[in-house]
Amino acid sequence: MLIPHPLLGPRDSSEFSYLGDASLMDRPDGMAPDAAERFHDYVHLRDNPAGIHRELWFHEQGDRSWLVVTRNTVTHEILGAELARDARKGGAA
Amino acid sequence: MTRLSGGLIDRSRSLSFTFDGKSYTGHAGDTLASALLANGVRLMGRSFKYHRPRGVFSAGSEEPNALVELRSGARQEPNTRATVAELFDGLDARSQNRIGSLSFDLMAVNDLFSPFLTAGFYYKTFMWPRAFWEKLYEPAIRRAAGLGSLTHRPDPDGYDAGYLHCDLLVIGGGAAGLAAALTAARTGARVILADEDFRLGGRLLAESNPLEMPAPEWIAGIEAEFASLPNLRVMRRTTVWGAFDHGIYGAVERVSDHLAEPGKRVRQTLWRITARRAILASGATERHIPFANNDRPGIMLAGALRAYANRWAVSPAQRVAIFTSNDDGHRTALDLAAKGVEIAAVIDARTDILSQGSYRTIAGAQVTGSRGRLGLRRIQVTQGGTSEWLDCGALGIAGGWNPNLHLASHHRGRPQWNEAAQAFLAQEGFVPGLTIAGAAAGQGSTARALASGAEAARAALEALGITAGLPDLPQAEDASLNQYPLWHVPGQDRAWVDFQNDVTVKDIKLAHQENMRPVEHLKRWTTLGMATDQGKTSNVTALAVMAELTGQSINQTGTTIFRPPYTPVSLSVLGGGDTGPHFRPRRLTPTHDWATSQGAIFVEVGQWMRAQYFPRVGETHWRQTVDREVLSTRKGVGICDVTTLGKIDVQGGDAGEFLDRVYANAMKSLKVGMVRYGLMLREDGFAWDDGTCARLAETHYVVTTTTANAGTIYRHMEFCRQCLWPELDVQLISTTDAWAQLSVAGPNARKLLERVVDGFDLSNETFPFMACANLTICGGLRARLFRISFSGELAYEIAVPARYGNALMARLIEKGADLGATPYGTEALGVMRIEKGHAAGNELNGQTTAQMLGMGRMVSTKKDSIGAVMSRRDGMVAERRVLVGLQPVDPTDPVVAGSHLFTKGAVQDTANDQGWITSACFSPHVGSAIGLGYLENGAERMGEVITAANPLQKQSVMLRVVSAHFVDPEGVRLRA
Repeated sequence: MLIPHPLLGPRDSSEFSYLGDASLMDRPDGMAPDAAERFHDYVHLRDNPAGIHRELWFHEQGDRSWLVVTRNTVTHEILGAELARDARKGGAA
Repeated sequence: MTRLSGGLIDRSRSLSFTFDGKSYTGHAGDTLASALLANGVRLMGRSFKYHRPRGVFSAGSEEPNALVELRSGARQEPNTRATVAELFDGLDARSQNRIGSLSFDLMAVNDLFSPFLTAGFYYKTFMWPRAFWEKLYEPAIRRAAGLGSLTHRPDPDGYDAGYLHCDLLVIGGGAAGLAAALTAARTGARVILADEDFRLGGRLLAESNPLEMPAPEWIAGIEAEFASLPNLRVMRRTTVWGAFDHGIYGAVERVSDHLAEPGKRVRQTLWRITARRAILASGATERHIPFANNDRPGIMLAGALRAYANRWAVSPAQRVAIFTSNDDGHRTALDLAAKGVEIAAVIDARTDILSQGSYRTIAGAQVTGSRGRLGLRRIQVTQGGTSEWLDCGALGIAGGWNPNLHLASHHRGRPQWNEAAQAFLAQEGFVPGLTIAGAAAGQGSTARALASGAEAARAALEALGITAGLPDLPQAEDASLNQYPLWHVPGQDRAWVDFQNDVTVKDIKLAHQENMRPVEHLKRWTTLGMATDQGKTSNVTALAVMAELTGQSINQTGTTIFRPPYTPVSLSVLGGGDTGPHFRPRRLTPTHDWATSQGAIFVEVGQWMRAQYFPRVGETHWRQTVDREVLSTRKGVGICDVTTLGKIDVQGGDAGEFLDRVYANAMKSLKVGMVRYGLMLREDGFAWDDGTCARLAETHYVVTTTTANAGTIYRHMEFCRQCLWPELDVQLISTTDAWAQLSVAGPNARKLLERVVDGFDLSNETFPFMACANLTICGGLRARLFRISFSGELAYEIAVPARYGNALMARLIEKGADLGATPYGTEALGVMRIEKGHAAGNELNGQTTAQMLGMGRMVSTKKDSIGAVMSRRDGMVAERRVLVGLQPVDPTDPVVAGSHLFTKGAVQDTANDQGWITSACFSPHVGSAIGLGYLENGAERMGEVITAANPLQKQSVMLRVVSAHFVDPEGVRLRA
């Protein structure tokens, strides 16, 4: 697979390590009153869609960027990739 | 058998080889199969299940029958197809799957039992008793139904892996592939042309007059032009075996398979080709027509018969018959006749057929039987209800051609039956970026193959924005194939469909009766198409027979699809040479050379090679050495390379805030110039890693990790920085390899360091326990000094730029000679940390918590940090096991890590399990074995005698529960 790195262009997937669902970026506030329930969901519950999936890849053998890659898990088509810090600053709650 | 005229063999070069111990001679340009045929050898193997005598069936990589072992000794290679094995001088080949000789195989008795060995036989018979499977059935089946044998010796040859990139990858070097490569390469685009054969040309080499000029002449002209084009890479002997995601193709180049020994070259290279576009010009495989006893040596595909005559100047027999259902069979008869081979008859299943040559043509007839135990002697021809026997030594079968679609369906694209072409065709887009040309696209005549190849290349480049002109192509043969459906000849006797796995029409009928009708079931029930040839010559025929039985159309019946690899790929080449010391990178510590010069014994720690201990003359056991290293350190001073621990530089205005969120305990409050122990949790609340956190400046921290977690903790911290809190002003860099770090431990540590620092005040007042500083040593070398202790002694860790590590080690040992300076390795390091009760990887195994480590209160509730919330889950809080020290009641008893702990006298079962021993060693300080372990309510059980059970070694030892700090529990030494 080739991952279109937003800074470095297409890179071989073997340069990356995979983490999983990009929802891991939405870490709850540990000081909130309902933190226990929210962390239960955050740590244990994931969607596993057959289709479009936003997921985290780390360019470990490269520039050490974390990327949010949008991939179709059925066809392996990659629809886009952006820097996680941009994604985080851009729209995450 | 003598050679025919012509052919593309070099008669001036004779090559000698052996088959089953007998010597033969062939020529350069021969395959093992063609050379054997030229020597009159038709019998080349035994079938998989019935051990029927078998000969060569094809002239290419689709070969189901002629599987042989090549070479001997460690280079012996089983299951090699004789049809693609390029002949070399001294080749040593053997037939396989026989007991006794090839012509008298004892296992041929299986053939008599064939009524019992039908489809699903293994499933039905060897069901029970279950215990017989491993001991009896499997070994027996494997012996009887074996293929070649393994040497069980290491492969002596080298392998390599490489990456290639191109605009256009052309797969197949026949008419279509050559035209495509020519069209594309002339534009200057980066083109790769790969072909599995050792000679370019594909079927052009196998036909008599496909072009207006002799085909080898045209190919030679193209090859000359290819050689002048630096943007084109021609890869002969290279099989593209898989189409992967995003335009990546797997290929194996057989660099030196055609040589007796590779010499300095690698044997094979695994290529990973990234292509923006690709053209599949893989040609077609001829299909046969099953009839009774159609598997005798001498019966082969008609196109193969023609290839042997035209390319290799050989015919398996002087008198040959052809059985055909289309015009292509007649072409073989004409070519053979032109070479002087006697044509017994052309038997054409179609009725309105005229003879094309001066030989007998029997229209509206079928071959209904054959004779000849070890090779074909005669065939039975039936026409309109009357039969006759014809003498012939070979029979060519022409049942039409199946496009080679394998790579096109590697992304699960399912080929569709095309009624007009009477063949399965792939759809465009099955593999993004891959187009199909030539016979693989049903464009089987030479003229259409050439034109479609050139056009496919032009269109592929156009999609990339490159304009290509179509080349002038030669006038070429343009006969229509006119495929005519004849899937098998009805009859009572066995008619083979899949030769390699011995599947007959009867087996398919049985599968039908037993309702194994969907193609996937048919395949698994009968094992059809599951041999090393993956059913290249059988799959389509089999499902057509099934379609006939079910009364469905072939399209309704459908087809199975293909997975990589296209042809077998050796595990050696998939490893790409990453074996032995090349299996993974080896990292050496900065003091490696010095340690080697001291005779150190090394141990692998992940990728690192670390000094394990430094034996001295007269020491006969590793324990002697380790005990000495421990005692010397505790008495004088010891020095150990601890570079392998992960080091991460954390800088920025929010560095303290960031570390507060990453560590369970507080770090923002750490004073500049001080170090603090830090514990990291996983987000699920379990303990993950520990280390030290030093604050060198207001905005600069250096943190350490365990050796094992150096990479994963760095990755995690980058995740926290980029994905969780990008708003923080903080930067990270791993400096593990940048700094050599040495531990200097023992009562004389300060005295020793005073001899190397540049006037730095090391007194306890100005540089107390847990202090850190930047300084210079040895007259100006920048260094970092941390007063931290893993051993429990007065200790420092000193870091210098990595390239000075080796010299610093030597300098410290030299300067400390009178102080008892002793190098120590990882064993002594481990002993001393157990004696001190420090946790390490054994205690931080991913299933333990801060509370179990006795650090529950370190997890701050005043701030949020990774894992803090989950560490307060009910089950985690209720955990009662804590880390304790363990000492045998009888000092001679062993303490074994992994032993489970029980209350004295309790039944030793999981219900009564009280914990386990995590680490153990012999302590020269205590004078007996000691251990650390997690014990239920351990803190309240000091002094209690418990039982450590080690049922694997039938051991049960009485242990006393003690403090985990065997050495200096008050911490006086390290604060001295």
